[in-house]
Amino acid sequence: MTTIQQKTVDPTAHLTTEDIETLGRELDAIRQEVLDTRGSRDAAYIRKIIKSQRGLEAGSRAMLLFSVFPPFWLVGTAGLSVAKILENMEIGHNVMHGQWDWMRDPKIHSTTWEWDNASPADQWKHGHNELHHTYTNVVGKDNDLGYGIMRVDEDQRWVPFYLAQPLWNFVNACFFEYGIAAYDLELGKNLSIPKDKRSDDFKARAKQTLKKIRQQATKDYLVHPALSLPTGSFVPTLAANFTANVVRNLWTHSVIMCGHFPEGVETFEKTSIDGETRGDWYLRQMLGSANISGSPLMHLMTGNLSFQIEHHLFPDLPSNRYAEIAPQVKALFDKYELNYISAPLPKQVYSAWHKIVRLSLPNEWLAETTPKNVPSQLVKLYKMTTGGKKVRRAIELKDQLRRQADMAKAA
Amino acid sequence: MTETMQRPTAARSLRHRLSRLAEAATTPLLPADYLDLAAPLRSGTDLRARIVAVQPETRDAATILLKPGADWAGHVPGQYVRIGIDVDGVREWRAYSLTHGPRADGLISITVKAVPGGKVSNHLVHHARPRTLVHLEQATGDFVLDPSASRLLFVTAGSGVTPVIGMLRNLFPVTDSGVVDLPRSSHLDIVVVHVAPTEPDSIFLSNLRELAAHGAITLVPRYDDQHGILDVADLAGLVPDLADRTTYACGPGGLLDALTAHHEAAGLSLFTEQFRAAFVEAGDGGTITFDDGTVLDADGAIPILDVAEAGGQLMPSGCRMGVCFGCVLPLREGSVRDLRNGAITTVDPISSAHGGVPIQTCISAAAGACHLGATS
Repeated sequence: MTTIQQKTVDPTAHLTTEDIETLGRELDAIRQEVLDTRGSRDAAYIRKIIKSQRGLEAGSRAMLLFSVFPPFWLVGTAGLSVAKILENMEIGHNVMHGQWDWMRDPKIHSTTWEWDNASPADQWKHGHNELHHTYTNVVGKDNDLGYGIMRVDEDQRWVPFYLAQPLWNFVNACFFEYGIAAYDLELGKNLSIPKDKRSDDFKARAKQTLKKIRQQATKDYLVHPALSLPTGSFVPTLAANFTANVVRNLWTHSVIMCGHFPEGVETFEKTSIDGETRGDWYLRQMLGSANISGSPLMHLMTGNLSFQIEHHLFPDLPSNRYAEIAPQVKALFDKYELNYISAPLPKQVYSAWHKIVRLSLPNEWLAETTPKNVPSQLVKLYKMTTGGKKVRRAIELKDQLRRQADMAKAA
Repeated sequence: MTETMQRPTAARSLRHRLSRLAEAATTPLLPADYLDLAAPLRSGTDLRARIVAVQPETRDAATILLKPGADWAGHVPGQYVRIGIDVDGVREWRAYSLTHGPRADGLISITVKAVPGGKVSNHLVHHARPRTLVHLEQATGDFVLDPSASRLLFVTAGSGVTPVIGMLRNLFPVTDSGVVDLPRSSHLDIVVVHVAPTEPDSIFLSNLRELAAHGAITLVPRYDDQHGILDVADLAGLVPDLADRTTYACGPGGLLDALTAHHEAAGLSLFTEQFRAAFVEAGDGGTITFDDGTVLDADGAIPILDVAEAGGQLMPSGCRMGVCFGCVLPLREGSVRDLRNGAITTVDPISSAHGGVPIQTCISAAAGACHLGATS
């Protein structure tokens, strides 16, 4: 079932088909309980968040009109960063999931919402809601695993290109919204097709994305700086908007990496989802997601994606309810002896980054490096990096044989 | 007649440029999204109203006074409005007759009777609070008085009395000191035949009695339990000069149909109004009608998306399991059942948002005759 962790033990081996179906029904009951009590309290919550976010954004932008004064720059930039994070996470992401469609308010609806992001709403809804949430952690189907630019699996053959993946990941984090836009466009796949053979659909979507990027950039890097001209704040406002976008991107990237990338999260083979029942689907969501523990403020700032497990089980339930049902969901993990992965943000971010660094290097290189053998390990890495395919294979084979011999000796 | 095309003035083009600049500054939102937070009733935005007061009339009826937004175009007594109000967090739309003529203070009023099980009516009568913002559509309806008619007959049944009350209150304002006679109403000769199952304890009936006591109208109450069910053939007996009068009728479909047949046969003029939509009972399966006129038979256990695709309709689709919201289309009319938990969504044009209620076609099955829109 799992591929990335090369686990010999299937974490679901102890569950019978009936267990999984019962689990599914128990999760359905949790979902129904929320639906039955969904009402004015929830509606008031999202309205309040939207109102506060707009107030914060307008106030911060007003302050940035005077951003030539450093205190104004600092407060305005901080406020705008928080406003942009709220807009993307607790509001945009969740509204576009249809979490608030039940209110029948056409202005807070998945079909009409547009967010402050380079990726146009409808492309993002396809890439995220449909592909990622349906095929969660299925290698080859869910491109959220590594975004198609990283080595995320020990089984993926190592090539020197991957040495730079921590750098790629950092650059991707800084400009995450453009990464998402490129990803929703399936840019990698489409750019490899000769220009004259690309589909009309792709061309239309590319045009739509460029238009969105142009509007976003005009707002942040032209209109608002220009409005600040009278106080001589053109450049400070431009810098503030750039900073807020980068802060937002780094934050969302970190949160999203924590959802499916920390150690212990399972991934699945393509064939494992054939004939999947509702219970099977729930089980895959449970094993393929990880939570971030923390305060209510932390949950708000992550758009409640700190409850990634609950979100993946019930992507269309109002986000403010995830905290409430988390104990019930956790109890089901315990009952069925499954691993509920939850840890504070720094630990999860470290775990995810550690995995990226580990996989940027040849298999086991990092684990086998000790202060003593650093020189020899570096020589080996140098040889593998510069030596070409044959040299790499030879070294890999030699390492593999040595490990087998070590294991035999230990046994 | 010739008319000169007006050139855009410098002021107008400046305003246009400023609004383009404002849009560039607020994208992907519109400036209105911010302005609405501060001034939701201003000119140029979606029409809304603020509840000014909720005046209890009886135990289960209240008059809601509303301050409409700046773009309110006014109304003629007898017309109705559609109001969108959030009940338990869900936006519900209902139509109510305006129970007052145009007022000097610019407010409008509806009088609502809480019907048993009525989600919106109970909310308005018992839970609505002043300062609440509601959504509003412009007044509509052809059930208005012909200014040339002076001999009138109103036939009302049940809640059909509400638009008539609106007209009568406009003709004969009631103040603390009683009914006021206005010169514009002095030539009118009005008979009201009010039909109800039993003699109700209602604000409307006491209004009618007050007007009758003052001599403004002649009231002919007909209660099924006292007088038997009204047969329209008996109307001429109740109102001897029926042929000289212009008839206005409002009530359930059955009565209106009978009256229409009766008046057509007798060659009499009749204006009718019915705004309570036919009661829709959710069933199991039904037909799905699309905007392009295609009608498909739908099994109650098969998602609308599958039925439509099998029937050759081009449908938006996604995960096919209710997760991605990629298949959402507006249900314009009818009932659908959520196949995951059996929940029913019913839409009728009067008590739902204009254009319908968006539903997920991949997990919804027809629960009766449905009309599905092409795009949301």
